[in-house]
Amino acid sequence: MAGQVATGSRSGLRSALPLLLPAYLWLTVAIFLPLSAMVFFSFMTELPLSGKAWSFTLDNYATFFSQGLYWTLLLASLRLGLEVTLWCVVIGYPAAYVLAKVLRGRSREAIFLLVILPFWSNGLVRIFSWAMVLREGGILDTALNAVLPFKINIDLMYSYPAVIIGLVHSYVPYMVLTCYLTLQAIDDSLIEAGRSLGASRLQMLKRVIIPLSMPGLVAGAALIFVPVVGSFMEPRILGGRTGTFYGTVIEDQFVAVFNWPLGAALSFILLAVVLVILALASPVLRRAA
Amino acid sequence: MAGVQVANLSRSFGAHKALDDVSIDFADGGFYALLGPSGSGKTTLLRQIAGFDFPDSGRIAIGGEGVERVPVEKRRIGMVFQNYALFPNMSVADNVGFGLSVRRQAKATIAGEVQRALDLVQLGKLGGRRPHQLSGGQRQRVALARAIVTKPRVLLLDEPLGALDKALRVDMQIELKRIQREIGITTIFVTHDQEEALTMSDRIGILRDGRLVQEGPPEEIYDRPKSEFAATFLGDANIFRGETTGAGIRLPDGTAIAAGAGATLAAGTKASCAVRPERIRIATDSGTPDPNANLLRGQVSKRIFAGSNSTYFVDRDGQTLKVIVQNTGVERLAEGQEVVLRWSPESTVLIAAG
Ligand SMILES: Nc1ncnc2c1ncn2[C@@H]1O[C@H](COP(=O)(O)OP(=O)(O)OP(=O)(O)O)[C@@H](O)[C@H]1O
Ligand SMILES: [Mg+2]
Repeated sequence: MAGQVATGSRSGLRSALPLLLPAYLWLTVAIFLPLSAMVFFSFMTELPLSGKAWSFTLDNYATFFSQGLYWTLLLASLRLGLEVTLWCVVIGYPAAYVLAKVLRGRSREAIFLLVILPFWSNGLVRIFSWAMVLREGGILDTALNAVLPFKINIDLMYSYPAVIIGLVHSYVPYMVLTCYLTLQAIDDSLIEAGRSLGASRLQMLKRVIIPLSMPGLVAGAALIFVPVVGSFMEPRILGGRTGTFYGTVIEDQFVAVFNWPLGAALSFILLAVVLVILALASPVLRRAA
Repeated sequence: MAGVQVANLSRSFGAHKALDDVSIDFADGGFYALLGPSGSGKTTLLRQIAGFDFPDSGRIAIGGEGVERVPVEKRRIGMVFQNYALFPNMSVADNVGFGLSVRRQAKATIAGEVQRALDLVQLGKLGGRRPHQLSGGQRQRVALARAIVTKPRVLLLDEPLGALDKALRVDMQIELKRIQREIGITTIFVTHDQEEALTMSDRIGILRDGRLVQEGPPEEIYDRPKSEFAATFLGDANIFRGETTGAGIRLPDGTAIAAGAGATLAAGTKASCAVRPERIRIATDSGTPDPNANLLRGQVSKRIFAGSNSTYFVDRDGQTLKVIVQNTGVERLAEGQEVVLRWSPESTVLIAAG
């Protein structure tokens, strides 16, 4: 019996191989090769391409641990990731709920499009539009002063909130989409059953809907947290002088200082930290989900 | 516990009248079946009573108290859904206890009530399982336990046995009936299955296109259908159409059929007669003539053997009649055989055309 099952699954795998092959080839070429090159670089003293003499070293990793600055920046980036993820939950989950459970037909499609739109617009365009809105004398400042009777100065540009606003705007569609999918899979009759048992809407949300949409929340959080921790574009453009984060330092190593080995080492440290965080969080999240 | 009164209830979706002036009195402690073809408004009616949807006009009272504008969570009803609608993120016991815990009852009280409800549906040992670890019939029992644990005033069931196979369905029918008797709760039961409606309920309401066609005890609807639709929808019926003579009808070919039951109609109007297939006797000869009996001649076109009984299809004058005969093993009629059909006027119901 067991043997039968085993042969069955093996032959299933064999027939699936031609289907899987392109994907694995692509993964090997597009991700694995560059990534292993980067691992290689991170243990070098110099980039071999520059023609200078090079040798293997652990110095790049040692730099991270010997300089408190990197730690501070990493913590700041982790905090940024956490805050952006929380804001995405706060904004994205109710939006997903309304999309999945309140709106129907045409209005749902229209709102869906509005949510997805930032997804389809160029990242730089998106960020510079925010710059125009947030700076002093910009759209927000002018508009508020036009309605308010007293004079106020709104200059959010080059500040921490500006970075948060830009990042939340870029990443909230992930949360909306993942939560929308799990919320939509919740049968309406579950909600009706709960209400017929005397539960208020709030009780239903707490006891049934949020627990059942946990997988979407977790997936969305993972999709947002990881890239935000390493982000550099929004911090740089919207954060200005305050926008120095772990991600911008890595970017500097690659495009400004041309210290690729250090940049690569810092990247892998970030990857390791993120993986450790996800691993530590996963039992908690799995229980919640 | 309480009765439910529905009066002149109407509900439209756009131009479509899903419920059209429906009035029914659901007696306290009774078991009421709502029967009707797909799209006839059964679910819509149940949802108005539950409070998931609100009528355009008409009144709904539970235990004498008008509830038209009371939201579902305040109506104190118990509902069982066709797809069970158990919360997949909770254990069986938590599912059953849900209605008590949202009312903030003490943990010990909840545990006791949950155990009693689970014992009632004979699932006392499965409280720790998750819904996906149960069979269809077990899930249905959990859904039932969950609905009754809060001691609702009315139990509403929308095709609760629809997803079960035949054997399990019969078991659950008996079980459901036992539980209903035990707690004496007013029960409104939507079903597609006429046999289920006949065997389980004290009263049946037949809906068609949002209107209540006929309402009454099962025997009354079966023996005295008031329309061709009621006659053919609940059970099988042979329908003869013609003109009334006062005591029956005359078929277009001149044959008279005497009717001992049903409407009183003025002679000369169009009308029909309904006869149940099991009320007709079939024979190869005229036998001892009974002057009162209705008599028709025909030819057997088909015989379907079904174990305890056989169904004969008899052709006569462009019409195929259905006759069901208990298999006594004495006589079997062959296809093509000329036969005589006889039945009493008491078994013939006169129905106004329409
Ligand atoms: N929310 C709604 N919006 C529009 N039309 C609806 C809605 N709910 C029901 N209807 C319509 O009302 C009519 C009655 O529907 P209902 O669900 O009550 O039928 P039913 O008797 O329960 O049928 P079934 O046996 O198939 O469950 C149908 O024609 C249906 O299309
Ligand atoms: Mg229905």
